[in-house]
Amino acid sequence: MKRYQTQIHRCFRCGYCKFPTDYSALNCPSYNRFRFDTYSTGGRLWLTYAWLKGDIPWSEHLAEILYACTTCKNCVEQCPMKFAPEIVDWIIEARSDMVEQGKIPLRVKRFLESVYNYGNPLKKTNKERLPWIKSLKKYEKGTEYLLYLGCLASYDEGTKDMVTSLVKMLDKAGISYGVMGDDEQCCGNEVYAMGEMDLFKELAGKNIDKFRQLGVKSVITICPHGYNIMKNQYQGMGYKFEVLHYSQALAKIADDMKPKKTGNGVKITYHDPCYLGRHNKLYETPRKALKGLELVEMPRNRKDAFCCGGGSGNFITDYLAGGNDSPARVRVREAAATGAGVLAVACPGCLLMLKEAVKTEDLDEKLQVMDIASVMGR
Amino acid sequence: MIDIYSELTAIIDKDYVSNSKEELYMYGRDPGLMPAHEPEYVVMPTTVEEVQAIIRLANREKIAVVPKGGGLSLTGLVIPQKGGILLDMKRMDKIIEVNEKGGYAIVEGGTTHGALKSHLLKNYPHLRHSIPDSPPIATVVANAVIHGQGRLTQQRGFNSDMVSGLEVVLPTSEICKIGSCAVSQYWFSKGPPLPDLSSLFFGWFGTTGVITKLGIKLYPCKKYRDPVLFLTDKAELVPDIMRKLGRTEMIEDLVVNAQPIPLRYKDNYYILFYITGDTEEEMEFKRKMCWSALWDYFEKREGGFVSLVPEMKAPMLSMPSKDTTRFADVSKGGGFEYSGPIAPIEKYPVYVKKLIDLAEKYGLFYSSAARMIDGGHSMMFSFSYTFNRADPQTMKRAKDALDEAAEFAIENGGVMWKPNLDEQKITMAKMDPNTLDLMMRIKKLLDPNGIMNPGNWEVSK
Ligand SMILES: Cc1cc2nc3c(=O)[nH]c(=O)nc-3n(C[C@H](O)[C@H](O)[C@H](O)COP(=O)(O)OP(=O)(O)OC[C@H]3O[C@@H](n4cnc5c(N)ncnc54)[C@H](O)[C@@H]3O)c2cc1C
Ligand code: SF4
Ligand code: SF4
Repeated sequence: MKRYQTQIHRCFRCGYCKFPTDYSALNCPSYNRFRFDTYSTGGRLWLTYAWLKGDIPWSEHLAEILYACTTCKNCVEQCPMKFAPEIVDWIIEARSDMVEQGKIPLRVKRFLESVYNYGNPLKKTNKERLPWIKSLKKYEKGTEYLLYLGCLASYDEGTKDMVTSLVKMLDKAGISYGVMGDDEQCCGNEVYAMGEMDLFKELAGKNIDKFRQLGVKSVITICPHGYNIMKNQYQGMGYKFEVLHYSQALAKIADDMKPKKTGNGVKITYHDPCYLGRHNKLYETPRKALKGLELVEMPRNRKDAFCCGGGSGNFITDYLAGGNDSPARVRVREAAATGAGVLAVACPGCLLMLKEAVKTEDLDEKLQVMDIASVMGR
Repeated sequence: MIDIYSELTAIIDKDYVSNSKEELYMYGRDPGLMPAHEPEYVVMPTTVEEVQAIIRLANREKIAVVPKGGGLSLTGLVIPQKGGILLDMKRMDKIIEVNEKGGYAIVEGGTTHGALKSHLLKNYPHLRHSIPDSPPIATVVANAVIHGQGRLTQQRGFNSDMVSGLEVVLPTSEICKIGSCAVSQYWFSKGPPLPDLSSLFFGWFGTTGVITKLGIKLYPCKKYRDPVLFLTDKAELVPDIMRKLGRTEMIEDLVVNAQPIPLRYKDNYYILFYITGDTEEEMEFKRKMCWSALWDYFEKREGGFVSLVPEMKAPMLSMPSKDTTRFADVSKGGGFEYSGPIAPIEKYPVYVKKLIDLAEKYGLFYSSAARMIDGGHSMMFSFSYTFNRADPQTMKRAKDALDEAAEFAIENGGVMWKPNLDEQKITMAKMDPNTLDLMMRIKKLLDPNGIMNPGNWEVSK
């Protein structure tokens, strides 16, 4: 029996998890988007329990409610109960039960099929890896770091500046790194969060086999999602290696650099990605990469950051899109209100989600979304 | 056949209207122990005009409308006993005005206590409102509707006493202003010097209309705040201790806690009170006044002060108190409910004995927090029991214990606060018949079609 089945009734539905620490806004992105109690953490846990007990049947709507959770862990941070650290694990376990029973909503099904068929959720073939990726050094035995790109950095053009700036910084700092090229598989973080455990094991297994073959000792990931899954799941799968998120590498480089002069009076604000922040408690490290620049914090920052809405595959399934209250739109409005001209991010998912939202909100003139490597390299 | 769903989506953005099983399931129950009953539609209005249009539709079709805030009153008051339309008010969440000089805020019908607290702290740190210890999603309006009590209740009375005006959509759909705002642009009084019509809406559980705006009084937020804990193992002394502290007029809030764990709590009564002030001198003076009020007990070794280290003070200072909510999970069952009579403080010893007796009789885990109201004119005494949501047996036992507690509380001079349907029935049976008749006439007059939160305050035929 999965653990959630014996525990999930413990949610009191008190709603602390709807807020950040100071109660200034609604901080569960799906609750803020839909506003029905069903889309809050408590709603999800109660509905899942009702489904387990047979009080309500499975439905596409029920499954969508479950999958509209971005696994951002705001609830884990805010729930006052002792079980709080387990909440997102319960949601994932419930999803895995749905997967096992073949009861998943259409968009999730498509996402998983695409990973299954293409090795990535974007339905891209190896040939379609971005041109600048193809020119990167291949990892070979003895290279210090494997630079693990992840699906978005490998296939989505919107991440070009992020990747090219990062490799420039690594080159400049004399760091030895290489990429896996066509051998790189999806890291499986989203597949895991969606509860498709067999597919996750297959993906992770393939990556680990390759790491082992290549004798990889240290990995730098671009995406916090990859960082998270390698740090917290791969390590228990028979092959140990060091994992760094690229912000950690940049922070080290920044330590050795002269502080930047505040560039032409532009203020910068920083958006904490959930998988770096709340999942792995890396709050200050990415800020170090912005050393010397004029940083203005958004009201919701660090453990209170508001998710961009992209986690747990939602950057593709997009259950939270549409309307004024879609998380990315809310977040860019919050960023713009700080008076910052640059919204710095450390995740390709956040980068793409927030860039799109800036366009929708017509904030192009005011706010530029850039990743921290691009900011550093300016 | 008339398609109500389509009519509702013509009034409100369809994203905020649902008749799906999942929403109906959720909105058909609360975290307490009253039986579930589902609505047929859940809607989330944002404007007073939308509320009006829904009420018009409900009158035309003779279907029920149940307003809901955080749904945390725990006694089933938001469970739609007759189905119909559940009005989740939480999208009406604006803080419309803070009148700093006048000392009040005007909020919408679904603004949460959490949001108001946060707004004041950020923009008016010298002002505060009487925040209850319910989780922060509880709404300011719903809390006043049930005559809630907050951190300033010891000094200022029920939270409904601190209301300074209302805007209500009546059950017949007219918008009605109540209090000074009916004649003036200022929201300084809910009634006086006019006839106080606000009482038509507090304690009525939404049966007399939907409150869409509410003025709430704000009070000075003192620079210093210090919790003091006095302990006695003699329940019979508690009322006097409460009274003496109240009469010093030096304290802010006062709550008496009784619970069996941690073990040092068992068989002891913890009187927690707060001293506030703007200067160290003021704090010192107030402390001395409180100490001297309790000195006799100390000398006779009938009680003593507990020294509080900063880690112990932190949760006492946080508002709302998360510890109150954590009680729901002490026995890992995810549930608790409390029967809360409002009663004279002299009833503390008999109530607390009953609380413990019932816990033993029904094999339950108990706790009680008794908050002093208005300097000691009364208290809210909570008979709280946990239950396990996964074990229908503990749920039944907890409900039986609460029923028995309510009967006992009423027999002993208390009046049930936020009574569930069963407690409403007992209350009405005991009520002066002319009072009951007046209540029923008022209700009928305001809500001729009986659409508003039906089932509540209803005399069974
Ligand atoms: C852990 C915990 C601690 C608590 N501590 C306290 C405390 O310290 N003090 C205290 O007072 N209470 C306390 N409570 C009880 C309760 O949660 C609060 O009183 C809370 O403020 C109720 O607000 P709500 O929004 O949850 O109300 P709801 O349960 O949503 O509604 C209460 C009533 O108001 C009606 N209503 C809601 N909105 C409107 C409207 N706009 N117009 C007309 N009628 C409306 C509803 O129909 C219902 O009858 C506590 C509860 C819990 C779970
Ligand atoms: S998850 Fe925790 S904070 Fe959220 S409703 Fe449940 S008990 Fe409350
Ligand atoms: S993980 Fe985030 S989106 Fe999911 S329920 Fe918790 S707060 Fe909401």
